[in-house]
Amino acid sequence: MEKLIEQFSFGLFFWQLLLFVALLFLLRKYAWKPILGAVEQREEGIKGALEAAEAAKKEMQNVTADSEKLLKEARVERDSLLKEAREIKESIISEAKEQAQVEGDKMIKQAQAAIESEKKAAVADIKAQVANLSVEIAEKVIKEELSDKGKQQKLVEDMLGDIKLN
Amino acid sequence: MNGGCIFAPIFEDPYLDHMRNSFFSKKLVAVIFLIAGVLSAQNHEGEDVEAGAHDLKTQIKEYIDHHLLDSHDFNLYSYTTEDGNHKYIGFPLPVILWDNGLKVFSSSKLKHGEGVAEVDGVYYTLYHNKIYKTDSNGTINYDVDHAKETHTEDAFGENLVVEDAHPSNEKPLDFSITKNVVFIIAVSLLMFLVFRSMAKRYQKSTMPRGVGRFLEPLVLFVRDEIAIPNIGEHKYKKYMSYLLTVFFFVWIINLLGLTPLGVNVTNNIAVTFALAMITYLITTFTGNKNYWKHIFWMPGVPVPMKIILAPIELLGTFIKPFSLMIRLYANITAGHVVLMSIIGLMFIFKNWIGSPLSFLLAFALALLELLVAALQAYIFTMLSALYFGMAVEEDH
Repeated sequence: MEKLIEQFSFGLFFWQLLLFVALLFLLRKYAWKPILGAVEQREEGIKGALEAAEAAKKEMQNVTADSEKLLKEARVERDSLLKEAREIKESIISEAKEQAQVEGDKMIKQAQAAIESEKKAAVADIKAQVANLSVEIAEKVIKEELSDKGKQQKLVEDMLGDIKLN
Repeated sequence: MNGGCIFAPIFEDPYLDHMRNSFFSKKLVAVIFLIAGVLSAQNHEGEDVEAGAHDLKTQIKEYIDHHLLDSHDFNLYSYTTEDGNHKYIGFPLPVILWDNGLKVFSSSKLKHGEGVAEVDGVYYTLYHNKIYKTDSNGTINYDVDHAKETHTEDAFGENLVVEDAHPSNEKPLDFSITKNVVFIIAVSLLMFLVFRSMAKRYQKSTMPRGVGRFLEPLVLFVRDEIAIPNIGEHKYKKYMSYLLTVFFFVWIINLLGLTPLGVNVTNNIAVTFALAMITYLITTFTGNKNYWKHIFWMPGVPVPMKIILAPIELLGTFIKPFSLMIRLYANITAGHVVLMSIIGLMFIFKNWIGSPLSFLLAFALALLELLVAALQAYIFTMLSALYFGMAVEEDH
């Protein structure tokens, strides 16, 4: 230890300290900062590029997934549209059928009613004509019959007898 | 005085040629040498060792000691001419002293510790690589309590004293640009240029190019393995500059210490002290409320314990950077001492088994030291980050 202290050279210490500190500051300004800066920048660049690639990959996956989803949705929509169209068609047809039925029924009924009323009118007409004719016939017959008194009497009696039977 | 290069001077130094061949039990010497070690060379005076071996070992120890010291000259190696003069290959460095005013002169004036430099009427000389004030004859006075220690005068001149005798001469404040300072400047410049060019490349493209391909993983290592796990994702950024600078600085300068240029900056306690001090200052000045609360008023323990813990914790804040300082210093110093000792063994063995063996050992150790250089840089940075992490930890 004593030898060490004796050996200690203040001059060398002074120069070492001075030169080393000078070297430290010079290197810091002119070497370490640019070197470490460049290395860091490069590392950042590599990191950034890797991250960008990863992001792009994810984006791609997202896009594929999206398009698939869209396709699926489109398919579903198409299916539902088709189904709806079919339903509409069917409902239209059935409605039309129903309406036709109803209309037909209505027309038939009207026709029947018309026929009925025509029939009734015809029957009434026929009845009236028959009545007229029978009245005329009866008049003529009666006129003829009633020319004979006995016959008149007999007729009245017959008729009365018929009424009683009713 | 040899400036101190790991390898070259050993091969060049003529004094090592004085090595004696004839000593018995070379292996025993080697074992003693290894065990007793060069660090405590005082007790190497085993009676079974011949005087020649002792001289050689002393020389090696001195050599290692000098290698571990800082130097005022930049010498690659030295040799002695036939007429006994020392020749040094290298160049002098400026000496800057503060001694009643600033004094600047070339270290060549000190003549590698063999002469006396006269500046403005004041004399200076080198002793154990330290500058002392002296008179015109270069006299060095010693402390009284060290007077009994041996003071050999060998071929290196009287500056080489075996034991650490304390000179009582006045020491001026020494701000010299020593060999280590030159290397600190060189490494700083190198780091600045390399990392500046690396940073510029990023302006063109964010991919690393050229040297950045090698350095970027290291920068990322400091960030991802040291800073973020210890400090946390959100707060590590402001410490990055320091952690990166200290990591590369310590590593590069440790590696340079393993080159034959023979500098070992981090085995100077002054250098590691400066680094540890910066870690301490950063820790202290960025510490948040929670950090100080854990030091002075530890939550969750009874009040008497709080009072006992406060000084311990406070001391701990100093011990942590202190351990950083000692760890780096001791690891690098030990590495150099062991490596050079094993290289020194070559000159002691001087036979065809021992020398290749010690060469192989030295080679293996040099490889290990390469690892240690990086490891110590890592540990220093890692522990600094850990302390920063403690300073900014939030209450949980």
